[in-house]
Amino acid sequence: MNPLTRLFRKFRLTARSDRFNRDLEEEMAYHRAQAEKSFIAEGMSPQEAHYAAVRHFGNDARLRDESHGIAGLALENILQDFRFAFRQLRKNPGFATTAIVILTLGIAASVAIFSFVDAALIKPLPYQNPSRLVILFESNSLGLQFHLSYKDYIDWKNQNTVFSSLEIYAPYGFRLQTPTGTQQVDGSRVSAGFFRTLGVTPALGRDFGPNEDQPGQARPTILSYSAWQRRFGGRADAIGQTVVLDDQPNTIIGVLPRDFHFRPSEPADFWTTERADGECEKIRGCHSMFGLARLKPGVSFATAFADMRTVVAQLERQYPDSNKGRGVFMLPAPELIVGDVRPILLVLLVGAALLLLIAAVNVASLLLVRSESRRREFAVRGAVGASRARLTLLFITEGVVLAATAGVLGTALAFLAMRYATGLIPKDMLASMPWFTALGLNFRVVLFAVLVSLASAVLFSLMPALRVSLADLHADLSSGGRCFAGNVWRRFGSNLVIVELTMAVVLLVSAGLLGKSFYRLLHTDPGLIPDHLATLQVAAEGPAYKKDPAVIALERQIQTRVATLPGVRSVAFTSVLPLGDGDGTIILSVVGQPHHDGLREVIDREVSASYFTTLQAQLIRGQLFEESDDASHALVGVINQQLAKQFFPNQDPIGQQVSSDGDANAHIRVIGIVNDIQEGQLDAAPRAALYVPFNQTPPNDFAVILRTSQDEDSLLTTVATAIHGIDPGLATWQPSTMSRRLHDSPAAWMHRSSAWIVGGFAALALLLSIVGLYGVVAYSVSQRTREIGVRMALGAQRSSVYRLILREAGWLAVLGIGAGILCSLATTLLLRKLLFQVQSWDLPTLVGVAIVLAASALLASWIPAHRAASVNPTEALHAE
Amino acid sequence: MAAKPDLLPGTLDMLILKTLTRVPMHGYGIALAIRRLSDEVLTVEEGSLYPALQRLLLQGWVKAEWKITETNRRARYYTLTAAGKKQLGLELSQFDQMIAAITRVLQNA
Repeated sequence: MNPLTRLFRKFRLTARSDRFNRDLEEEMAYHRAQAEKSFIAEGMSPQEAHYAAVRHFGNDARLRDESHGIAGLALENILQDFRFAFRQLRKNPGFATTAIVILTLGIAASVAIFSFVDAALIKPLPYQNPSRLVILFESNSLGLQFHLSYKDYIDWKNQNTVFSSLEIYAPYGFRLQTPTGTQQVDGSRVSAGFFRTLGVTPALGRDFGPNEDQPGQARPTILSYSAWQRRFGGRADAIGQTVVLDDQPNTIIGVLPRDFHFRPSEPADFWTTERADGECEKIRGCHSMFGLARLKPGVSFATAFADMRTVVAQLERQYPDSNKGRGVFMLPAPELIVGDVRPILLVLLVGAALLLLIAAVNVASLLLVRSESRRREFAVRGAVGASRARLTLLFITEGVVLAATAGVLGTALAFLAMRYATGLIPKDMLASMPWFTALGLNFRVVLFAVLVSLASAVLFSLMPALRVSLADLHADLSSGGRCFAGNVWRRFGSNLVIVELTMAVVLLVSAGLLGKSFYRLLHTDPGLIPDHLATLQVAAEGPAYKKDPAVIALERQIQTRVATLPGVRSVAFTSVLPLGDGDGTIILSVVGQPHHDGLREVIDREVSASYFTTLQAQLIRGQLFEESDDASHALVGVINQQLAKQFFPNQDPIGQQVSSDGDANAHIRVIGIVNDIQEGQLDAAPRAALYVPFNQTPPNDFAVILRTSQDEDSLLTTVATAIHGIDPGLATWQPSTMSRRLHDSPAAWMHRSSAWIVGGFAALALLLSIVGLYGVVAYSVSQRTREIGVRMALGAQRSSVYRLILREAGWLAVLGIGAGILCSLATTLLLRKLLFQVQSWDLPTLVGVAIVLAASALLASWIPAHRAASVNPTEALHAE
Repeated sequence: MAAKPDLLPGTLDMLILKTLTRVPMHGYGIALAIRRLSDEVLTVEEGSLYPALQRLLLQGWVKAEWKITETNRRARYYTLTAAGKKQLGLELSQFDQMIAAITRVLQNA
């Protein structure tokens, strides 16, 4: 019969055990009564007959128990098994700890990665029917995903026949007035029906009314949930308050739901309406927004795309001046929102699943080794009457105990790891992956953890149980003979160990290279000394700062005010901070010389006289600016070594004149050369840079840099307050420090996170391969005890037994490590793009990894080899 | 009194199934039938009969239902199922082989 049906019957019987007992009781009473009658018929007195019947029947309580044991699930037995399993594990703490640790790590890794997958890919996007939403772009000769213009949007909206609604959104930075001064805040401008199209209703207050994006209407704004919490303390009376954004009063009318995010426009604290009367909105050629639409029921994506192409082609004919060459591009919204993380997450998930599988097989192999040493115990149990089912149940309970413990520990560890990991992701990066803020243990993640633990429990119970039923218990008792199953396992286990070692080598080499590269990256010379440098962005917009002298005056005021703050050693200004994205370039010419053939694009920075001294950059030759270098003096510039090398290979740059293509008549005289300061990402090659005095062409957006004598972080708020003290209308944002820019830069983050992830996987793989090797060697030793006994009885030395076992392990290790080195030479080629100043065939890393693995392999095989060598030949032969 | 031979191990299930091939019977009836049919040679211990019946029930080889006996008492009657018939056939043929093998050994040795 189907074992499942049988189990089901057992459960039913157990659940109705009262009825079962009553039936049995009555049945046996009937039997006794009938027997009594027949005894009387044979001539016994009634009393004699009664006693005879009872005696004949035997102990009816035992009988009942026996029948019950056959038919029902013996709960007491199961409890006893659990107690026994715990005792067994406690008795053997080395085994239990190893098994639980490996399994916990395996489960933790896969649960943690699954929860990322769940948050990004499985959890539905927080919109109604997200698969019916599309994002619209205008395409041009440069690419597909470009902005559309407001006038085009209106025509698209009116002429399409495929969307039930078509809306726009435009990520936007607002200047927000606060009691402590003006701040730069993130926001988005959308058309009035934007949230209705998404199918999102505010958690508090109301949505934009249908006409609230029309010119002349009062300006409403909706807060994101986190902005409501941060800026208004989550108070309900935030609704109805007025905030001043870009000098315009806006009334807060609603708060978005907590789980809302719209990645194409995140981060966004304030959502306001797009107005048709803006400067840009009146011009068809001014592109500043993106489209969001919901497909009409029954309309497919392809049909909609085709319809939009017709609309756009019509517009191109109608407005050739502005729309020539402009097409339309559409993407399903989920594709744009999660499309780029899907492959990475799935690769990680597959990796984690693979590790977990190997971890589980390893633990199973350890269990097998143990069952090998417990064969006699089981044979004795079998001989004194334990049924095979009962013995199997013992294994199952042990497997369940292991898997359940590891499942609980693994889930807890995964939870901690997730919290730690999201803490590691820089804020800007997190804003571009908004779903990860909702990361955590939910129903699906817990279900996944339970399923994973259950699957491993099944594996653990099956393997040794299979072993017990394959082997003949009686044979075990008498001879302990080796059997077919044992050899199959040995071969399978050896192959598995080689694969594990290979994987461990590849991952360790990758992790080693990434780690080394990360170290190199952080220790690369950025041309400045990053500690004790605080930075703050300032924007001086508005009518008061239209003229250069006003900005210069402001800069001097800030200089004076900030320099007197306690702990500030020097103050500098720059148009763009170093260690940024390396943007802000001009095309340079040397006056009086033909254009040279090489790259003419150079980085251009307006910096104050104190810039180089504050950053502690080195003046190589010539001199630096003076504070007095302003518009009334001749234009001067300082160049870096790279520019000197590139533009003046065989001459002295000092005294030469250069000009930018933007203003060929403005001749800038080179007065000094400084070392290369890294203006771009840490891993960028040195680029030519030209520094001109801040006071000669002052920018309205600039950054303040402070060299401090105390903790630079503690000064940031004081500095912002001091600047707002000069003019509350100044916007300040991005208070940061140079070390943070260094550590949190995308390049550093990329390196760090990949080094950590690969390193984590590598550590796990190393652990697994070592345990796997130990398992296989130990199993083989346990199988060969008799052989070893014979060898020793015939005069083999202990040292030769060591050699015998270590040779077996050594072969596995050599094969695994060799294959691993070969594979890693191939796979690290894929890493080449990520590596910084490290070759993909970095010899020290390869040798280091090989040594680490060889040493660990030696350790793992030494323990069973030692056991083999201490076999007492007499005992080994007697026992068998 | 001469010692009665024990049942050959593993044959009790087969005997129970066989006695049930003609009519449904209760436990006492089965014990009686086996004794009578074996000319009082085989006695089924009640201690083995009831656990065995539970085992057969669990395997789905017999069904049980409560009925009223001719003496107007409630008794549990066991009926052979289709699966039980199949199992009986299987056990009988195995048993025949075994007996044949034993006989050959006894005759030729």
